[in-house]
Amino acid sequence: MSGWTQISGSAVALPDANIDTDQLIPARFMSQSRADGYGGFLLHDVREGTPGHPLNHHTPKVLVTGRNFGSGSSREAAVYALVDFGIRAVFAPSFGDIFAGNAVNNGLLAAQVDQATIETLLAHLGNGAEQAHVDLSTSRASIAGIEVRFALNPVHARKLINGWDDIDLTAQHADEINAFCAARHAAHSWAMPAT
Amino acid sequence: MNLHSTLLDKLWDAHEVLRREDGTSLLWVDRHLVHEGSHHAFAKLKSRGMPVAQPALTFGVVDHYAPTRAGDVAADIRKMIRTLGENAAETGIRLFDLHDPEQGIVHVVGPEQGLTLPGLLINCGDSHTSTHGAFGALAFGVGATEVAHILATQTIWQKRPKSMRITFDGQCAAGVTAKDMALHWIAALGADGAQGYAVEYAGTAVAALSMEGRLTLCNLSIEGGARMGLVAPDDVTFDYIKGRPFAPTGAAWEAAVADWRMLRSGRESTFAREVIFDAKKIAPTVTWGTSPEEALPITAKVPVPDQLGGKADHARASLDYMGLTAGMPLTDVKVDQVFIGSCTNGRIEDLRMAAAVLRGRKAVVPGLISPGSAQVKKQAEDEGLAQVFTQAGLEWAASGCSMCVGMNGDLVDAGKRCASSTNRNFKGRQGRGARTHLMSPAMVAAAAVTGHLADVRPLLEGRT
Ligand code: SF4
Repeated sequence: MSGWTQISGSAVALPDANIDTDQLIPARFMSQSRADGYGGFLLHDVREGTPGHPLNHHTPKVLVTGRNFGSGSSREAAVYALVDFGIRAVFAPSFGDIFAGNAVNNGLLAAQVDQATIETLLAHLGNGAEQAHVDLSTSRASIAGIEVRFALNPVHARKLINGWDDIDLTAQHADEINAFCAARHAAHSWAMPAT
Repeated sequence: MNLHSTLLDKLWDAHEVLRREDGTSLLWVDRHLVHEGSHHAFAKLKSRGMPVAQPALTFGVVDHYAPTRAGDVAADIRKMIRTLGENAAETGIRLFDLHDPEQGIVHVVGPEQGLTLPGLLINCGDSHTSTHGAFGALAFGVGATEVAHILATQTIWQKRPKSMRITFDGQCAAGVTAKDMALHWIAALGADGAQGYAVEYAGTAVAALSMEGRLTLCNLSIEGGARMGLVAPDDVTFDYIKGRPFAPTGAAWEAAVADWRMLRSGRESTFAREVIFDAKKIAPTVTWGTSPEEALPITAKVPVPDQLGGKADHARASLDYMGLTAGMPLTDVKVDQVFIGSCTNGRIEDLRMAAAVLRGRKAVVPGLISPGSAQVKKQAEDEGLAQVFTQAGLEWAASGCSMCVGMNGDLVDAGKRCASSTNRNFKGRQGRGARTHLMSPAMVAAAAVTGHLADVRPLLEGRT
């Protein structure tokens, strides 16, 4: 996975709250191999039923949306669908917890922004697409000419910018992990499965 | 014993290998459960040429794609199941395969086999891993990249959530179950009401729940935004575990129970958030919309969006999708079919509650019942529950995720309305265009015999 620090592209609005993982990628697509690309599955059933859906007309890099985006399941395929569609940043008042973790592991910024700012952005974007620029190094974005600041955990920033994977980071701690494992099983023999 | 530490703190501290500068902890994982959906993670591991670090702590279960009815299985479903089998064989992990007598839904099998124990950290690439917290275990769902990370290192990076306590004082009335308690709090606090928190459930109504009930309650924590649910272990927990295949025995059992008795929040623990409900005020609860927070007592009417303030737009869209009229009594909502099963309500006690309603009655709509595991299936057949269901005219199937998510082809057709004992009423969850109403298994049974959403309480009078 390659990292990024700045992106420029268009932004569109999906004003709904609670856009869940079952909507983001319907379950029937999840047996597909990632190599074939998941972009076509993004919000598949919603888009098909809504000819005017913004994602039927634009290929944005930035989404602005309502609260609790990505709620529901752990299906990382929801993030694959967004990323393969070309989206690199989602701005919302809140995100499903597991989704937010999955996002950063796949180079997708899940930027939390207060409700009032989101409402302003949604109003400016309407049904169209507007220019956007996102900068991870300053935690700032400009969307439809509006300046937005977002909070970004420093470790998440490093992962996004470098395209890093946690396995690389954790490998450096192998000795501590092995020592922990030995101590745990010595002190709590019941923690091992019995058979 | 520290009077201030919460149960969450104790569990967290016992698993923390180290903490990095942003406050994220590296946690040791005691049990890692994988299923067919974990194929992305195995592929990632393979592409890096890495082995599974702790195969003895890793268990595989076929559930999401498990066929539950006789007949042909689609090629892509067969492939998903075969891939898990190959990955398990290559990496040396114990697999509960499709025809294993111990197969079932991962969150049913873990407890049933004694793999789920108090004090453990349990991960699975499935959001309803919160279920296992019913034992006083730190259990949470993870994504595919994290599954690969756990396979490779037996650890997980995680930020400690804030602690929240939800107390249910008093006792639930007859016919009111853990499902109703869960839908009640989610309706009150919202589908993201507990986001960023681990929820510890407490109070007399929680202590009175069986393990099955506690599992249901913790299962639904994620629907209220909490990644983890917790119940402090007690004698109900220990009695349930004793003698299960993977549970400790002999001296290890004694040591375990002594350790487990310490797993409770101290008397002076403070929680970042406290919410208290009166259990006796909870009625049988059903969802009317497309988010679990859109739930109401069965005695209520479908809401009028204009009266819902900030949630009006969402409610309008929900009513439109669900094909409901604002202001109509919930009991006037006719259903096309019913489903009982899933990791939320597919355990033996759930089937007993449904059978108590169905015994000697006929369902007026078709329905499917899929037990949570092959063991539950056998027990239900031995107890005569399966016969009650088939005599009522419902279909008795094999175990798996089935119509909870429809990956195996058990789908609700577009526009059809299903009374369901599952956990998600999201648009399209049970199939494209499907309309899902969540409720307890007893309430599903009530819908089956009346053909509409119905209050189960009168149907239970004179029965147990
Ligand atoms: S029964 Fe439903 S919620 Fe539970 S693990 Fe299976 S698909 Fe997920």
